[in-house]
Amino acid sequence: MLTLDRVTKTFRTGTFSGSSVTAVDRVSFTVGRGEVVTLLGESGSGKSTLGRMILGLTPVTAGSLTLGGEPVRSGREYYRRVQGIFQDPFSCFNPVFKADRVFALVKEAYYPRVSAADWRGRVERAVRDVRLDPGQVLNKYPHQLSGGQLQRLLIARALLLDGLEFLVADEITSMLDASTRVDVLNLLGDLRERGLGVLYITHDLALGTYLAEQTVVLRGGRITERGATEKVFGNPMHPYTRHLLAAVPRLGVDWVDAEPVGSCVFHDAGAEGELHEAEPDHFVACAQLPGCPGH
Amino acid sequence: MTLTVDDLRVHYRTLRGDVRALDGVSFFVDDGEILGLVGESGCGKTTLGKSLIRMDGRMRHVGGTVTLDGDDVPVGDDRAMNAFRFRRISLVPQYSMSAMNPTRRIGRMIRELLASRGASVDTAELHRRLALVGLKPEVLDRYPIELSGGMKQRTVMVISTLLDPSLLVADEVTSALDVSNQKAVAHALVGLRDQGLVTSMVFITHDLALTSHIADTIMVMYAGLLAEKAPANILTSAPRHPYTRRLLAALPEAGVRRSEGRLSGIEGSPPSLLSPPAGCRFRDRCPLADDRCAEQPPVVEVAPRHHVACWKV
Repeated sequence: MLTLDRVTKTFRTGTFSGSSVTAVDRVSFTVGRGEVVTLLGESGSGKSTLGRMILGLTPVTAGSLTLGGEPVRSGREYYRRVQGIFQDPFSCFNPVFKADRVFALVKEAYYPRVSAADWRGRVERAVRDVRLDPGQVLNKYPHQLSGGQLQRLLIARALLLDGLEFLVADEITSMLDASTRVDVLNLLGDLRERGLGVLYITHDLALGTYLAEQTVVLRGGRITERGATEKVFGNPMHPYTRHLLAAVPRLGVDWVDAEPVGSCVFHDAGAEGELHEAEPDHFVACAQLPGCPGH
Repeated sequence: MTLTVDDLRVHYRTLRGDVRALDGVSFFVDDGEILGLVGESGCGKTTLGKSLIRMDGRMRHVGGTVTLDGDDVPVGDDRAMNAFRFRRISLVPQYSMSAMNPTRRIGRMIRELLASRGASVDTAELHRRLALVGLKPEVLDRYPIELSGGMKQRTVMVISTLLDPSLLVADEVTSALDVSNQKAVAHALVGLRDQGLVTSMVFITHDLALTSHIADTIMVMYAGLLAEKAPANILTSAPRHPYTRRLLAALPEAGVRRSEGRLSGIEGSPPSLLSPPAGCRFRDRCPLADDRCAEQPPVVEVAPRHHVACWKV
């Protein structure tokens, strides 16, 4: 449904835009209907830039980005189909107004002819869909609600659009407490039963594997490894993925150092291999692996 | 015994009344011990860390005592605390990015800092300490903006411990970092303790899995009170308090899939500390709660070094 084909983003920087930085470098993958894909990367890997490009907030420099065959653009009709949810739920609400004003804004923009009573019914249904009690959260100011509740209200707002096909969720759980984080994740997982495609952007490996069928590991704007989640994490092939996995703190398991990388080039981005299919549904970009075009 | 905190009560003044952020917390930290302090946002863990070093203007010391190596720590008296800060109790703040002076090279900033405390720089020792946390001596010639987040965090750790404090308070030092930096910073903290540069440490975080790797003892707080305190391996493998159990059950581990076993969070949210409910504060969210929980449970030592505040253990 969402198809990325060698998507590239170059930012001009420096005085008089003299130099440039490639934030996203020839990234290709697809997200199907009812599929959750985790986009995993450390800070500066370009994962949020990719999310912003899908939302039409940042133009694509090269390559193509299509949703259901149509190119991505910004504008009201596009946002009927694609919505984004971001890291900080507290700054998404105007503290002067009640939190449910975000729903009224959706009505103004997309459903001006729906009657007030009918709209209230829709809002209550959407709020129940995100496992909140309408009586508890509606008619409240943002400071009266918890981060988890606010984040779920934002998801409910996206669900009010009945043409919604795709959701970009950028670090939506990193500001939430461990006790509510899992509930928001479960909710995202349930959305796929509606046929919604979700791109879940995160730096947290544990949360990423919990949810997604497909995982894409991004480093320095390039894909180092991608494929079915159980293959990427069960049999990580790229030294960078192994390094990341070894750094995740786990309960009851000793912190091991990743095996020495040896002559590996993952410190040297210029010498990385081409992305190739190492086994079915598992792609790796490492020049050290047999089968890599650069081996 | 290094640090003893007895019935510490710290309130925040607001227009609507006092927020009872710390409502009678008692614990101790031994020589050489790293205490991990965990809890949800608003449970009082940062207030506790701040109380040990510097209370801000809104905070009021209502009761309780803090003792460090046998001496009373005047937590409520900002001026008297100056004798303790940096020398005996030091802090690594959460945002190291804003903890350093952006207009000074790091070497000069350290010289000035030490001069302000009447100490001079031992260059060889400084280099040794930088190496201990995995930094090259060249960072001293750099400006803070030239370092990455993880490097800045480790630089601040070295600066905070230059005078060999007895107690180091590390407040959420890893939460803004990527996993690989997180690991390096956590190892560096343990290294400071192992080398004897700090005697003991309070490591404040919301990440239970990370704490379990570096802390000797973990203390779980809930709504301004202690819920459970136990050696790290016991707390994570055999927790007794229902809150700790639910918190552990809500943690996804790398490799666990939703399709294999659905995790669940904790329903509801912590009570308001403006007027905390009587009795056990976890009662409303607790699956085991009954009539007895209307009375506040005392902290009981159920096994050696294992303290729990719950009627149901």
